[in-house]
Amino acid sequence: MTSDAVISSENLTKKFGSFTAVDHITFEVKKGEIFGFLGANGAGKTTAMKMFCGLLRPTSGKGFVAGLDIYKESEKIKKRIGYMSQRFSLYEDLTVNENIQFYAGIYGLDRKTIRKKQHELSDKLQLTAYQNKLISSLPLGWKQKLAFSVAIVHEPDIVFLDEPTGGVDPVTRRQFWDLIYEAADAGVTVFVTTHYMDEAEYCDRISMMVDGRIEAIGSTDHLKAKYKVNSMNDVFLILARNVEI
Amino acid sequence: MKRFIAFVKKEVFHITRDFRTMLILFGMPVAQILLFGFAITNEIRDANIAILDHSKDHISEKLTNKFLSSGYFKLDSYLQSAEEIETEFKKGKIKLVIVFGKQFGENLNRFQSSELQIIADATDPNTANTLINYTQSIVRDFVASLNPGPPTGIMIIPEVRFRYNQNLKGVFLFVPGLITIILMLVTAMMTSISLTREKELGTMEVLLASPMKPIQIIVAKVIPYIFLAFFISIIVLLLGYFVFGVPIKGNLLLLLFELLLFVLTTLSLGILISTIAKTQLVALMISVMGLLLPTIILSGFIFPIENMPKILQWISNIIPAKWFIIIVKNIMLKGSGIDMVWKETLIILGFAMLFIMMSLKKFNIRIG
Amino acid sequence: MLPIIFVMPIVQLLILSNAATFEIKNLKIYFNDFDKSTYSNRLKSKFYQTDYFQITGESTSRKMAEAQLSRNTADIICEIPQDFEKNAVKYGLSKVFFKINAIDGMKAGLTVNYAQNILEGFISEINNELSYKLSSAIASPRPKSIRVNYSNWYNERLDYKTFMVPALLVLLVTLIGGFLSSLNIVREKEMGTIEQINVTPIKKYQFIIGKLLPFWILALFVFTIGLLCTRYIFFIPLAGSLLVLYAFAAIFVLAIMGIGLFLSSVTDTQQQAMFVFWFIVVIFILMSGLFTAIENMPVWAQNLTRINPLRYFMEVIRMVILKGSGFNEVKVHFLIITGFAIATNSIAVWRYRKKS
Repeated sequence: MTSDAVISSENLTKKFGSFTAVDHITFEVKKGEIFGFLGANGAGKTTAMKMFCGLLRPTSGKGFVAGLDIYKESEKIKKRIGYMSQRFSLYEDLTVNENIQFYAGIYGLDRKTIRKKQHELSDKLQLTAYQNKLISSLPLGWKQKLAFSVAIVHEPDIVFLDEPTGGVDPVTRRQFWDLIYEAADAGVTVFVTTHYMDEAEYCDRISMMVDGRIEAIGSTDHLKAKYKVNSMNDVFLILARNVEI
Repeated sequence: MKRFIAFVKKEVFHITRDFRTMLILFGMPVAQILLFGFAITNEIRDANIAILDHSKDHISEKLTNKFLSSGYFKLDSYLQSAEEIETEFKKGKIKLVIVFGKQFGENLNRFQSSELQIIADATDPNTANTLINYTQSIVRDFVASLNPGPPTGIMIIPEVRFRYNQNLKGVFLFVPGLITIILMLVTAMMTSISLTREKELGTMEVLLASPMKPIQIIVAKVIPYIFLAFFISIIVLLLGYFVFGVPIKGNLLLLLFELLLFVLTTLSLGILISTIAKTQLVALMISVMGLLLPTIILSGFIFPIENMPKILQWISNIIPAKWFIIIVKNIMLKGSGIDMVWKETLIILGFAMLFIMMSLKKFNIRIG
Repeated sequence: MLPIIFVMPIVQLLILSNAATFEIKNLKIYFNDFDKSTYSNRLKSKFYQTDYFQITGESTSRKMAEAQLSRNTADIICEIPQDFEKNAVKYGLSKVFFKINAIDGMKAGLTVNYAQNILEGFISEINNELSYKLSSAIASPRPKSIRVNYSNWYNERLDYKTFMVPALLVLLVTLIGGFLSSLNIVREKEMGTIEQINVTPIKKYQFIIGKLLPFWILALFVFTIGLLCTRYIFFIPLAGSLLVLYAFAAIFVLAIMGIGLFLSSVTDTQQQAMFVFWFIVVIFILMSGLFTAIENMPVWAQNLTRINPLRYFMEVIRMVILKGSGFNEVKVHFLIITGFAIATNSIAVWRYRKKS
């Protein structure tokens, strides 16, 4: 394990009965990196991520997040990570401010910091006029951006994003990635799963998962060169579908 | 603690923002108790009857007047023939037909005895039974008035005293039952639905990925519901007390303690349901079919358990609400102390521990 | 899901008909006999002989008797005072005391009825004996008497199930038709699928009919199962016309589904829809005459039951199944329920249109 790795795993495996969802994966993510975790639906991306977040206990193998053992120190890990699930995880019947207050509150931020964060966030996302509006009245793209901002409201070392851009148009998706870049610039390590291959291009490094195994890992340029194709989509087709290009 | 408060606050927002549900939660018990207190009674007054008088003499008329002036019966119509009895009953308006045979009065004068026929619509057996009892006592009084002088034979006067509920009001039984149902509805059903909603919406994962411990999440989630349930129960108690005079004879603290114990039981049931159910609809179905209906039917809330078949009586023992209703009735209406209800209290305590253990275990498995 | 819908009604009918009973039998009676005479023993044995009472004990301690009452091990205490027999024979007048646990007012009322009946039986028995002795001794004129013959029509054995089972069918049909229709559309709303349907060229009324028709058929199917149970499990013969019954059920289900539909258009979540429906149904049930006769209610409450569709079906089903009433006797009911069906459905459809 290299010294600047914030996430690392060695032969990490998760079995559900006889089904192996994650099959001996070994990789590292460096500090400040945007790491893309790619694969088709059901390839095991979410399961792997849940093990790092302390939501699932691995069957075997080793795993570390921020230098902490995912078996023994998952409670400590939880204080240092942010997590955004596939479904944005905002409460529709609460207002923008109440959602920020709530999530900041359960991470133990004090009242002053919470108030400061509320101002920062609504300025940054141009939500000032909507602070006291219910989430259900916001458009999807805004919810998504807010959900991400809320996931890093407690300034975690690492943020895990599980398919964060489902169901939105490319323009909104682009705006969303601007937020990710901003966070990465501030030193947050971003671990993101996606099945949009065009999003892979935004990542510093990616891994490609097929049937629970990591089939390829590296920067997108490196992978495209290795498989002699022009797009990540083709890389995916070769690896996942065994298509000859 | 700060985290905890933030969580409780959010839960309170959820509850108070759902205006319709709140309206129902508060409106339902109030409406029900008012209906039970004012509208629903078993006392029979002014039952519609028809009279078929074949003799039309002054004795049959006198007896008819006795019937109609008793307050129990109201004349719907005089029938002309026996065939009409059937058609009148089929119309469903009358409950009872009194038939005076031919020469009713003459027989009484000549042979000292006469016959009277009373036909009841027994589709509702209890009403029929009660009405027939009324007619019996009216006829008895009438006969006594026909025989002048001191009463011949022996008289035994029954003196009846009703304990705990002198005016036989239906609300007395209803208030303890209603509190039970509300506690059940709010703590078991609403918590199970609100926990499954977090699962269904995916927010549960995010909460579990936060530094909040699962047990903290659950406790923070249920606290507002406990308060809500208590609040509504107290409204019901006050309403029963001030509007209908349902007393609280026993120790109020003991009553509140028992309430709390029962709430623990139902809460853990709610949590258990939420660990089993994946969607709100399933949680709803399990709560209604598995909790609410059995509780209403088999807890002695409305229907006396003693009259059920043995197997149902046996099943009723595993319904915590049954024991709770016994406790509440005893404390409120009979003024019992802990010495009278310790057995039931222990049973509920046992249920509470069992369910808490089961739900904690289930919840942990789900996380692991 | 399907087997549940088939099996549930049968199970519910079996459980409810056995559980939802106000038939009072096996009342627990405790005696305080301070007389211990022939008469007091005869009176006690009278209680012993009926199904209505079950003797749980006897003592000469009032305190013990009271404890039985408060511990629910007795429903009624019968106290026979000292000199019960002596007073009766010597002065012709005696007393007994009944103390009754009246928390359940209805049960207490019936308990008194039964106890007094037994006492009356006892009194007339000893009086007959005495008058027989008396009349053989001196030829005094026989007192006047009226013999009363009772008959209980339509339910000779006073079986409570006969009363309840038909009414439970109404409950079953209401719950199935109402719950399913009120939850269904709101579910689509909550899931967001209704948007998709709204953009298709399907007409609103077509959508609603398409949604409701299966539930309507289902409810009538459940009704059929219930009727079969009534006939072959509970042995309650159908006295009236099947056609009248089905025609009424069909319209009734429409009316209930209209209510469900309306609820699903004014609520946002399944929880809300279910709560509101539950609330309404409970009130409808309480005010339907299911357990307590409507005639006993105060006039304002009786008037309130006029807007309760359950009331009409409850009346019709009991009249048709038990008494054999024909269309002529229930035509007013038909008219009213048809009005309900039209009204609830038009309001629901109007409301649904307006919303989207």
